[in-house]
Amino acid sequence: MRYLPLTDGNRSAMLDVIGAKSIDDLFADVPREHYLTGPVEGLPMHAGEMAVERHMRRLSKMNLAAADAPFFLGAGAYRHHVPASVDHLIQRGEFLTSYTPYQPEIAQGTLQMLFEFQTQVARLFGCAVANASMYDGSTACWEAIAMAGRVTKRSKALLSDGLHPHYVSTAKTMGKFNGDIIVYAEPKLLAETDFAALAKAVDSETGSVVVQYPDILGRIGDMTALAEACHAAGALLVAVVTEPVALGALKSPGEMGADIVVGEGQSIGVGLQFGGPYLGLFAVRDPKHVRQMPGRLCGQTVDAEGKRGFVLTLSTREQHIRREKATSNICTNSGLCALAFSIHLTLLGEKGLRALAAENHRLACAAADRLAKVPGVEVLNESFFNEFTIVVPGDARQLVRDLADKRVLAGVSLGRLYPDGDRREKGIVIAVTETVTEEDIEALASALQEALA
Amino acid sequence: MNAPNTSGWKPGTPDAPTGESGIVTVTGNRGLMLEEPLIFEIGGADTCGVDLPEPSGGADRLGGLARSEPFGLPGLSEPETVRHYTRLSRQNYAIDCGIFPLGSCTMKHNPRLNEKVARMPGFGDLHPLQPESTVQGALAVIDELAHWLLALTGMHSVAMSPKAGAHGELCGILCIRAALEARGDARSVILVPESAHGTNPATAAFAGYQVENIPATPEGRVDLAALKARLGSDVAAVMITNPNTCGLFEREMKAISDAVHAAGALVYCDGANFNAIVGRVRPGDLGIDAMHINLHKTFSTPHGGGGPGSGPVVLSEALAPFAPLPFVRKVAGGFELIEEEDGVAAAPHSFGRMAAFNGQMGMFTRALAYILSHGADGLRQVSGDAVLGANYILRSLQDVLDAPFGKTGPCMHEALFSDRGFAEGVATLDLAKALIDEGFHPMTMYFPLVVHGAMLVEPTECESKASLDQFIMALRSIAERARAGDESLHQAPQLAPRRRLDETRAARQPVLAYEVGG
Repeated sequence: MRYLPLTDGNRSAMLDVIGAKSIDDLFADVPREHYLTGPVEGLPMHAGEMAVERHMRRLSKMNLAAADAPFFLGAGAYRHHVPASVDHLIQRGEFLTSYTPYQPEIAQGTLQMLFEFQTQVARLFGCAVANASMYDGSTACWEAIAMAGRVTKRSKALLSDGLHPHYVSTAKTMGKFNGDIIVYAEPKLLAETDFAALAKAVDSETGSVVVQYPDILGRIGDMTALAEACHAAGALLVAVVTEPVALGALKSPGEMGADIVVGEGQSIGVGLQFGGPYLGLFAVRDPKHVRQMPGRLCGQTVDAEGKRGFVLTLSTREQHIRREKATSNICTNSGLCALAFSIHLTLLGEKGLRALAAENHRLACAAADRLAKVPGVEVLNESFFNEFTIVVPGDARQLVRDLADKRVLAGVSLGRLYPDGDRREKGIVIAVTETVTEEDIEALASALQEALA
Repeated sequence: MNAPNTSGWKPGTPDAPTGESGIVTVTGNRGLMLEEPLIFEIGGADTCGVDLPEPSGGADRLGGLARSEPFGLPGLSEPETVRHYTRLSRQNYAIDCGIFPLGSCTMKHNPRLNEKVARMPGFGDLHPLQPESTVQGALAVIDELAHWLLALTGMHSVAMSPKAGAHGELCGILCIRAALEARGDARSVILVPESAHGTNPATAAFAGYQVENIPATPEGRVDLAALKARLGSDVAAVMITNPNTCGLFEREMKAISDAVHAAGALVYCDGANFNAIVGRVRPGDLGIDAMHINLHKTFSTPHGGGGPGSGPVVLSEALAPFAPLPFVRKVAGGFELIEEEDGVAAAPHSFGRMAAFNGQMGMFTRALAYILSHGADGLRQVSGDAVLGANYILRSLQDVLDAPFGKTGPCMHEALFSDRGFAEGVATLDLAKALIDEGFHPMTMYFPLVVHGAMLVEPTECESKASLDQFIMALRSIAERARAGDESLHQAPQLAPRRRLDETRAARQPVLAYEVGG
């Protein structure tokens, strides 16, 4: 077998040293009635590289890849062009096949990268400190709610109606078990965010208010007044960014007073991959909150010769030291996705990120204008970045499925995200990134027009 | 806000290193060992490595929130970017460089076929919310991998969505809590052995339980009598790692499970060490109710310098109804993805969603390619060779390193040593750092906590005999120096890109982001 270097001769020689007759003897502690004497039944035997590749390719061809159709899906996962050098560099074995950097003398590559990543995220979000990543945006979001609970000693969290419904579900799941009280109502199809209503609802029991920016319908809300209301009531404002490219065009949440800024980093450097692995971003505006943060932190120090170097630090917050008193149970995070994010953002720089964001916004405006001309289609948003909501007559879920059968991937129907109807079953969230062409927009418009005729 | 340093390259430290050879270089570089500044020291606000259209300044529907101020992200051209990260990569040790014997972490070879497969456009370029008709192949991958995991573990069903081992632990414990609450039997305590991974007690606490320790026998296994004595109507579950973190199989696992079940509680198994028994023991036969499987350990998806992982959880029939959303269901003519849209009807008892979207698909494709490559016969050889390698190390070194639980019988896939016999003043840390100078990644240090100065060595099945022999030779030599009290061990490593780093300073004066002059 190509992944196993030992020969039968090696095995015999090693067994002689051990003083055992066979490999089976080494499993003597397993009660015989529970020890299998041969391969697990009903499963195929080993296969060569060509055969495995052929099988996997056959499965992959049963899917419609985003590149093979006009493509407008977003809602928390975005298709951007990832430069070829990103994927090359993350596949260098020294990054790909290394471990969490517990031995810093021989892991400075990963550690310096994490230090750079943390700084990039902090600057993008307008924060002081970012951690070395979480699993994804949704888990980063509930970790932020839990952290706000620790900081404020209050268990109530007010969730904006514009927060991604999967993030809401995740927070509700955790709330059922850890005692957080999650206050949330599904969004109405309005052009305005609910930030003003949230500011009024904050009270002395509120630990955190959670808003998304831009939100699930693509709306952009100014959180300055909300942040002030939160701080006046002793609550923390958590801002969620599911499309960080937007921050090449928009003010950062930190600038507007958000205390904890979390996000989904997938849209910079990481492919769609049917939902994972993605990259949780987690940052705090005030350095005094660092010791309540979850996850790994990389810090700068010096070595025995005084040379600058980096280590994992403040680990007394973490499970491997603190066990049941840890700030989180997270261990493995999304190191390689953080590397991809950091490389892509280094290639872009501030200039490139601004240009990328401008191109996204230009195309999204063009698409919104074109779709508004389709009879029966109403564009909900007054403000948006690269994603907006349209309202159509009838069931949008079925419409999206019908368009997919015609090889147009039209967007995400709100009915898929919100099972409970209301007017939402008529909504479709449309994302337009730099990967969309003018022809794609025209194809979507004419497919919609035909379907709605 | 700090602006990027545009003034050019500045060495991080003024004093050029002399190192062992005494040769001073003006750059700080030493041959192939290259110093690399931070992107904030070499990048520029106006530099960009991607060609994009110039912003035209036309459309603005940003709600009056357009960003005007610079925010300090440096850019590099493509050649500079490639060079920066290539230079950084060369300061890392990795499995591709040599044996990486971190106990409990299972650092095995990462086949490149799996990377190729994961990047097929039909897998890599697929949105998680595409209509079901356009993702049938992806759902088939999840279903096929699930089928393998169930056959290999002998369990009833599997939750595929957890994102890593600790997330899987949480999934299993939440299933247990939901099942207990469904029968109106809220319980408050989870029992965990002292030798457990730190994630176990952290998970139990996060799910709202009090954590109590289970005592161990002198030979390093769960004390069944003591466990039985503690079981009662307040105990919700027992979390056990099998094989355990001392590298031993829990011989009485079935009796433990039976006792736990008789007390109305459930058994969680930490499957981090599944690599030791894959293809030879099915946890389902041992009475397990829930076990996570680290695809990044047993099934070779790359560790990537700290993730991403993937932690599917296999479940007993008793826990299956409580599994999280979403999940894949086979129907006539294809597969369905059961999520919120399908409502309560499809999964009335599910405890809910643990994360957005559908799990770590990029890890599923890699793990499935690995499993298909090995097949049922190859996976059995995997556990056999992993255990063989660990026992070979154990027996080859037990005359110079104390093996507290290795005297009477074989170990499983990892060999555990203690610092007993080291000269006064020499610590496990010194030995580990000396291994670095010999060109190896050290073993896991100071874990499990139940052994003084623990050294947990897990070679995996991917090492040749020559590789094992070289590692043994180096470790023997260092162990002999430790026993003799060789003071120079305190100086190790001397030949790595950095000497020992000042971790106390890092924690006392935290510098967690770059600042000008930092």
